[in-house]
Amino acid sequence: MASPGEAAVDETHVGKKKKPPARYWQELQEEERKDENKVKNDAEQSKEAQQQEEDETQKAKKRKQDQSPSDGEKVKPGKSDPFPGPAPIPEDRLQKFKRKDKLKKPHRKQHKLRDIIARSEDASEMAQKQAARFDLLLPEEAGFLEGDEDEDTCMISQEDIAEAVDITSGAKYFNLKLSQFGPYRLDYSKTGRHLLLGGRRGHVACIDWTSKQLMCEINVMESVNDVKWLHSEAMYAVAQKKWLYIYDSNGIELHCIRKFNDVLRMQFLPYHFLLATASATSFLQYLDVSVGKEVAAICTKTGRLDVMCQNPHNAIIHLGHANGTVTLWSPNQKEALVKMLCHQGGVRSVAVDKTGTYMVTSGMDKKLKVYDIRAFKPLKSYFLPAGAACLSLSQRGLLSAATGDVVQVYKDVCSMPVTKPYMAHRLRGTVWGLHFCPFEDVLGVGHGDGFTSMLVPGAGEPNFDGLDANPYRSAKQRQEWEVKALMEKIQPDLISLDPTELAQVDQATWEQRHQDRVEVLGFDPLAKEKFVPKYKKKGRSSAGAIERRKKQVAHEEQRDVIRKSVEDKVKMEKERKERERKKAALSTQKSALDRFKK
Amino acid sequence: MKVKVIARNPDDYVRETKLDIQRVPRNYDPSLHPFEVSREYTRALNATKLERVFAKPFVASLDGHRDGVNCMAKHAKSLSTLLSGSCDGEVKVWNLSKHECVRTFQAHEGFVRGMVVRYCGTSFFTVGDDKTIKQWKMESPGYGEEEEPINTILGKTVYTGLDHHQNDPVFATCGQQVDIWDEQRSSPIRSFTWGVDSFSSVHFNPVETELLASCASDRSIVLYDMRESTPLKKVIMTMRSNTLSWNPMEAYYFTCANEDYNLYTYDMRYLAKPIMVHMDHVSAVLDVDYAPTGKEFVSASFDKTIRIFAKDGGHSREVYHTKRMQHVICIKWSADNKYILSGSDEMNIRLWKANAAEKLGVLAPREREAANYSQKLKEKFQHHPQIRRIARHRHLPKTIYHQTKELRIMKEARRRKERNVRKHSKPGSVPVVSEKEKHVVTVMK
Repeated sequence: MASPGEAAVDETHVGKKKKPPARYWQELQEEERKDENKVKNDAEQSKEAQQQEEDETQKAKKRKQDQSPSDGEKVKPGKSDPFPGPAPIPEDRLQKFKRKDKLKKPHRKQHKLRDIIARSEDASEMAQKQAARFDLLLPEEAGFLEGDEDEDTCMISQEDIAEAVDITSGAKYFNLKLSQFGPYRLDYSKTGRHLLLGGRRGHVACIDWTSKQLMCEINVMESVNDVKWLHSEAMYAVAQKKWLYIYDSNGIELHCIRKFNDVLRMQFLPYHFLLATASATSFLQYLDVSVGKEVAAICTKTGRLDVMCQNPHNAIIHLGHANGTVTLWSPNQKEALVKMLCHQGGVRSVAVDKTGTYMVTSGMDKKLKVYDIRAFKPLKSYFLPAGAACLSLSQRGLLSAATGDVVQVYKDVCSMPVTKPYMAHRLRGTVWGLHFCPFEDVLGVGHGDGFTSMLVPGAGEPNFDGLDANPYRSAKQRQEWEVKALMEKIQPDLISLDPTELAQVDQATWEQRHQDRVEVLGFDPLAKEKFVPKYKKKGRSSAGAIERRKKQVAHEEQRDVIRKSVEDKVKMEKERKERERKKAALSTQKSALDRFKK
Repeated sequence: MKVKVIARNPDDYVRETKLDIQRVPRNYDPSLHPFEVSREYTRALNATKLERVFAKPFVASLDGHRDGVNCMAKHAKSLSTLLSGSCDGEVKVWNLSKHECVRTFQAHEGFVRGMVVRYCGTSFFTVGDDKTIKQWKMESPGYGEEEEPINTILGKTVYTGLDHHQNDPVFATCGQQVDIWDEQRSSPIRSFTWGVDSFSSVHFNPVETELLASCASDRSIVLYDMRESTPLKKVIMTMRSNTLSWNPMEAYYFTCANEDYNLYTYDMRYLAKPIMVHMDHVSAVLDVDYAPTGKEFVSASFDKTIRIFAKDGGHSREVYHTKRMQHVICIKWSADNKYILSGSDEMNIRLWKANAAEKLGVLAPREREAANYSQKLKEKFQHHPQIRRIARHRHLPKTIYHQTKELRIMKEARRRKERNVRKHSKPGSVPVVSEKEKHVVTVMK
C-alpha cells in the first residue's frame, strides 16, 4: 500500500521531526493496525453468525472471500457491517412466489442439459427472490376489524364502523332506496370502480360508485334476470326475459343476441373474453365477446340452471342443480368434467375462491359446505338455521352469506372451524345479489328495497397491479390495456382443470416411443432373436431332433406366465384351505354359550 | 373497537401533472395474475407470428460489376468496406453504409480468383487467372494517378485462392500446390504437395495461426503446419469440397462446403468422422463463412439460395432467396454479426440481415426490453407444435421445393433398400453405417 518512497523514509529516518507530514490515510492505517485483531475477530464472529443464520448467496460468498485473506490490510477501516450479506427474506414470502420444484439433475454425461437446467433454475430463483423482496415496497396494508374484550365483531353495526373510519371510507357505506323495480342483481367491474345494478322489473343502472356519479340509467321494460360487466366499464350484458342484450355505458343497446335465450345467470371470463350464460332451458353457452361468436353451446340436460359461478383460477364454470349436485364445465367438452353430489336438497349457491383451492356451496338442506376443489374432497360442513341463498367470496377469502334479509360475513371458513360470523347486517328486503368489490373493503348487496354498500374491513386486496386492473387508470391507459388484453386473449380451447398443463412436458408413453423408434430404425431393437438350434453331428440334427429341441424352448414367455399363474392359484387354494380349516376348528370348539342354542 | 379499511389517497396513484408519465403500481403476487402459462403461451404465439411478419431480410443490392462476382473480402478494420472481384478481372471497393461503389479498377486478365485484406487493413492481395499475385493499396490513387499495384508476383501456374496470416507478413496461395509466401520475397518460402492435385481454397486458422487447411480436387481436405515441411494429415471424402471456413471461436472446428449438397463440420483432431452433417441444400454448396460469434455459419449454393445453419444444427434455420438471384458464388458474414453479403452469378452483391426479423437501427430501451422478452418467450415455447410450425415455415421457390421433396424420396428409397438388404442377408454382414460415417473414405497422416 505504501509507496516505495515512503518506505525509504521510514528506513532512513529515526527522529520524529523529520517524518513527512501526517496524512489522514496513514492515520487510518495505523489505527487499523491497532484494531486489526479486534476487527478480525469481529468479522469472524459476524461471519459465523451469518453462516448460521442464512443461506449464503453468491454475493456473500464473494464478500467472505474478500475478508478471508490472511493479511489484515484488506479489511476496510471503520466499523464492520453488523448485517453482512443481503437482507434475509422470510420463508413464507418466498414460498408465495414459488412456481415449481427443483428438477432432478440429469446425468453427468448430459452436460449441455445440465447447464441449461442450472442456468434456468438460477434465473427463476433470482426472479423469485426479487419478487419476494419487492413485497416490502407495497404501499398499502389490508384492513381489519377487532372488537374490545367481550365485544363481538359481529355485533358492531355498520353505522359505528362508518363513523370510526375516515370520511372517504365512511362514505362507502350507503343505501340506495329503490323499492319500485327491485329486487336487484349487481356486478362490480374488474377494477372495482364501477357498479352495475339490474332490477328484477327492468331497471338497469351503472354507477361510478366511489364518486356516486350515475353513468346511465334505463328501464328495459322487461324482466331482468342478471347483469354483468364485460371486459371494461364501456359495455355490459343484461339477461332479459327472452334474449341476451349488450348495452354500452351510455345505455345504448349495442346487440341483441338471439342465440342466447332465457338466460338466468351469467359469468364473464376476463382473460378469455368469454361470456358464459346458463339458461332456463338447461343450456350453458359461451359467447366470445371480442369477435361476437358463440364458442360453445352445451345442453347440460339438468333442468333450470340458476346457480352458477366461475373458478377464477382455471376458468371452469360451476353449475349447481336442483338434485344437489355441482357440475364443472369447460367449453371444450360436451359432458361435465366433474359431477359432485354436494347437498341432500337442491344447491342454492356456489362460490369459488381466487386461488381455485376452495369451493363453498349452500343447499336447501340448510348446510354450508366447503370443498377442496383440487382434490374434490369435503373439508367443512356448517349448519345455518336459515340456509344461505347467496354466497360470495372476497379477494382475501372472506365469505359472505345471505340468509333471508341478513348478510353474514365469515372469516377463515375454509381453514378453521367457525362458530360465529365475523360481521352481520340486517337489510330491509330479501337479498337477491351479493358481490364483494375488488380492491376495496366493500360488500355490495342487492335486495328487495334497493342496494346497500357495506363496509367489510379486510375483504379486499390492498395492493392492485397497475398493468392488470388499475382502479385509477386514465382513459388512455384503459385503451392501451384493452389492446394488450385483446392481444393476449387466451383461446377457449386452453381451458382445462389444471391451468399449468400447457407448461408440462408431454411425456409420450413408452409404447409410443418404442413404436416411433421401430419405425425410424426399421427393426425392433428389443425383439428377441429367433432360436436357431445348433447343428450337431452323428445324426443328432435330424429334422425330428431339431423340431424337438425347438419345442423345448418354444413359447418361453407364455410358459413363464402360465407357470406363475398356476403357482399363484395353488398358493391361493392353499390359503383358502388353511382358512377353512381354522374356521372349522373354531366352530367345532364348544363354547360355554352353546348350550343356550336351540 | 379497532378498525381499519383500505383508504387510498388518489394522489399516490395518479400522476401529478400532464407532463409526468403515468404511475403504474405493481404487485407481483401470482394469485393476482392467473393463467400465467396460457397467457405467456399466447404472447409467444403472437411473437412468433410477428417475427414471421417482420422477416424481411433483404436490405440492398449492390450492382455495378459487369460479370459474375467471383470473390469477396471483408476489410480487416472497417465494417463499412467490402471488396469484390468479378469474373472479368475487375475489382470493386464498396461503401456498405452508402450502398455505393467507391473504387473500380481492372486487376487481372480473366477471373479474379481470390482476394484477401492484409491484417492491418492498409493493403490487399488479389490472385487471378493471369498467374499473378498482386498487392494493392487500400487507398484509392489520387487524381490523375494510375491504378498501380504495389507489388506484382508472376507465378508459373494459375492460383485459385489465397489467404493471409493473422498477424505476420505471410500469406498462402493455392493452385497446383499450396505455397507460403513472405511478403518481401518473390518466391514462395515453402510449398506443400500431397499427390498430384489442384487445390481450390486455402484458409489460415484464426487462433492457431500457423495452421492452415486447404481443399483439394482429389476430394480431400488437407491440414498443414506452416512451420513443418510436410502436410499434417488429410481426410478424403466421397465428393469434393469446394471451400472451408474455420470456426473463429472454437478454432479446432472447421466446416467445409461439399459438392454432395451437404456441409460437414469436422473436428481438426478427429477427422475420421465429421461431428455434424448439415443438410438442406439441393445443389452443390459453393461457399461458407462463419459468424464472428462462432455459433452460426452461412452457406451459398448453386441452387440459388443462401442458408444459415447453427454450428450444431443438422438443418438450416433460415433460407434466403430472391427471384433474381442466380447461383450464389461467394458469401461473407459481416464482422458485426448483423449482416450477410452474397455475391452471385448475375453480377450483384446482396446485403442481407443475419436475423431476418431484427429491427435495424438504434432501439429505445423499452423496445429492446420487449424484443428480449419476446425472444425469451419464443425460446421457452419453441417446442409447442403450433409455434414450431409457424416458426419453421418458409416459402421456397417451386423448383427447390420439388427438388427437396424428390431428394427426400430418393433418400427414403435408399434407406428402405438398405434395410431390405440387411433383412435378407446374413446377420452382421451388412453393418449399419451412420450418416456421418458414410461420407468419409479415409484419413491419411
